[in-house]
Amino acid sequence: MEHWIEFIAARYNYWIVIVLMMTGLYVVFARGNLVKKIVGLNLFQTSVFIFYITIGKIAGGTAPIYCAGELDHGGDAAGHGGPADSDHGQNDNLHDAPGVSDAPAQPIGESNPVEGLHSKIENISEDLAANDLKAGLNDLGPADGSEAVASLHDDAGKIVNDTLVNLQKPDAATFDLAGGAAPGTVDHAADVANALGDAGPCLGEVIYTNPLPHVLILTAIVVGVATTAVGLALAVRIREAYGSIEEDELVALDNVAEFGEAGAAAAGGAA
Amino acid sequence: MIIASQIAVLPIITPLILAPITLLLPKGRASWAWATLVSWLTFAACSFVLKEVAQTGVISYHLGDWAPPLGIEYRIDLANALVLFLVSGIAAVVFPFAYRSVQLEIDERQTPYFYGALLICLTGLLGVTVTGDAFNVFVFLEISSLSTYALIAMGARRDRRALTAAFNYLVMGTIGATFFVIGIGLLYQATGTLNMADLHDRLVGQDNRMVQAGFAFIVVGIGLKLAMFPLHLWLPNAYTYAPSAVTAFLAATATKVAVYVLIRFFYSIFGFDFAFMNAAFTYVLLPLGIAGMFVASLVAIFQEDVKRMLAYSSVAQIGYMLLGLSFASAAGLTATLVHMFNHALMKGALFMAVACVVFRCGSHSVQAFAGLSKRMPYTTWAFILSGLSLIGVPLTVGFISKWYLLQAAFDAGHWYAGFLIVASSLIALIYIGRIAELMLLREPASEGKYVIAAKDAPLSMLIPMWALVAANIYFGVRTELTAGLAEQAAATLMAFAGGGA
Repeated sequence: MEHWIEFIAARYNYWIVIVLMMTGLYVVFARGNLVKKIVGLNLFQTSVFIFYITIGKIAGGTAPIYCAGELDHGGDAAGHGGPADSDHGQNDNLHDAPGVSDAPAQPIGESNPVEGLHSKIENISEDLAANDLKAGLNDLGPADGSEAVASLHDDAGKIVNDTLVNLQKPDAATFDLAGGAAPGTVDHAADVANALGDAGPCLGEVIYTNPLPHVLILTAIVVGVATTAVGLALAVRIREAYGSIEEDELVALDNVAEFGEAGAAAAGGAA
Repeated sequence: MIIASQIAVLPIITPLILAPITLLLPKGRASWAWATLVSWLTFAACSFVLKEVAQTGVISYHLGDWAPPLGIEYRIDLANALVLFLVSGIAAVVFPFAYRSVQLEIDERQTPYFYGALLICLTGLLGVTVTGDAFNVFVFLEISSLSTYALIAMGARRDRRALTAAFNYLVMGTIGATFFVIGIGLLYQATGTLNMADLHDRLVGQDNRMVQAGFAFIVVGIGLKLAMFPLHLWLPNAYTYAPSAVTAFLAATATKVAVYVLIRFFYSIFGFDFAFMNAAFTYVLLPLGIAGMFVASLVAIFQEDVKRMLAYSSVAQIGYMLLGLSFASAAGLTATLVHMFNHALMKGALFMAVACVVFRCGSHSVQAFAGLSKRMPYTTWAFILSGLSLIGVPLTVGFISKWYLLQAAFDAGHWYAGFLIVASSLIALIYIGRIAELMLLREPASEGKYVIAAKDAPLSMLIPMWALVAANIYFGVRTELTAGLAEQAAATLMAFAGGGA
């Protein structure tokens, strides 16, 4: 029983989506008033917007807005905050990357830190396919020492960001992977982020939610608004032409126009 | 050369950027001339793309130079090059045709909006075809659908039922599009990508319920857009009450593009590894295709309105295309692609013939066709020839489609489907024959509202119509372009999907 409650409660966002979606569809089908149909259609579309946004949400993540102000832990780039500066900082740190990456070795507990991190991330990714982790990971290729360092740098922002996110989730599998160091995990991961050299400007402090669903839904909202506008405009024109926006009255008026009064009565009786 | 490297984006950019200029032009002739020019430019671009793809293979264009899978990719192989060529070709014929028909049916003050919307609709249809990004398909689908709703509603000047038809289409179309988006969302959730090729790679081995649900949502959503048999209810009214030129354009292109999207999702994204798809073929597409062939054809016989009759016939023809798809073989896919192309040619010509009758007689009721051969011989024969093509008489494109379809049916071991194809073609013979009998053997009405002046349609309508009729016969005799390319395209798609040929 408790298992079921947990199952339902853990997916509350989907329940909201499903309830809204079904309500919207029901309104579209059950209501004869054209404006109410449009309202139902909107409700239906909105449920899909919420669905998209919830799948992009990452626990503890903030809005995907580039936070240039909170840049840099390295001193040289501090205060400037421009993208060029952050690149500069990244390059500086690139040189001592192998040395610095001793830091994450401890929590992971493996001899080769980079490989350890890599395999760890891949394991996590299997649990959390939805978080778009694999996109970054597949680019990494096989866990070859120097190559992995380079590619980790390229994708460091993304991967470490995702790692952080996963580490923060109270997920048993994640804790196992982090070597059981549950309380310190987040701090260590932050160290990893710092050690890997500021590739992501806000690492350690800021976790972004996945911005792509937001962008998609912005597009879908524009489409939805346009559809609503066209639908309402049609409703206005229908009212001008028929003097009604009730579907059954429209059908009756069409029948009268086509078959005359008697024919319409017959057609109505048949229907 | 800079143009050559940007070739893949030209079919979209040309109508998209040049369409708003239509609104700035004077009403009537100027806006029409501009729109026609744009449609020809687009056709030229699409022909060039087809030639390029046929010679050099797949074109992959990165929009804004953002590399896929993160950026949007336009990916053109033979299958979509063929659809591009078809859609823009139909547009290039319909736009010159539209002038006189629109003059009669549309308020002159609205003509710039009309031509602008028609160009935007063309853009959307071409966009759906070229794109290699799943979400992009949705955006372009809605671009074309929104302009279609407006275009259908413009038929309200002649018949106010166009408004309710457009409204119903809007509701159904939006539900379909939203289902499609839900499906894409589920696939994104499962894979984290929207690029079609990338989706295909990542869906390998994923046969869980989320992907299955996404698949189902996509099939139902596109099914609504392409008027798959029980989801076709919006189509007859929309085609009947839309302005004649719009009907000719939509009947020839819109549903074909939706069928293409279905093919693309089946073969380039899901592939045959996805066991659920084979179940969908056997238990959904095959029965629904056959049911559509028969039910819609039978309903078509009893229509008192020629446009509505042809609209139901379109639903039946979509049944053939779905049937070809459901065989899950290269032969079946070829048949579907060939029939897509050929059906566009015949339905375009048939609806143009109806538009000519509407132009002279002001009605598309069956009675308006009585004795037509004595009043409008050219229109009559155009209708009869393309009608024969619809039935599938040898030397026309209809025969080629049916031939490939029958071959595919027997190859796939569905011999009963072969008989059903022939049987439903006989039903087409009944409803076309009924109109042909009226046109050839009856005396024209001498009084009442169906009197026709003894004068054929103007040349600006006859020439495009006969161009399509000629295409019906030309591609019925020489099949290198249609069947040849379709076979290659089908082979490529099948190889990609991982199915046996």
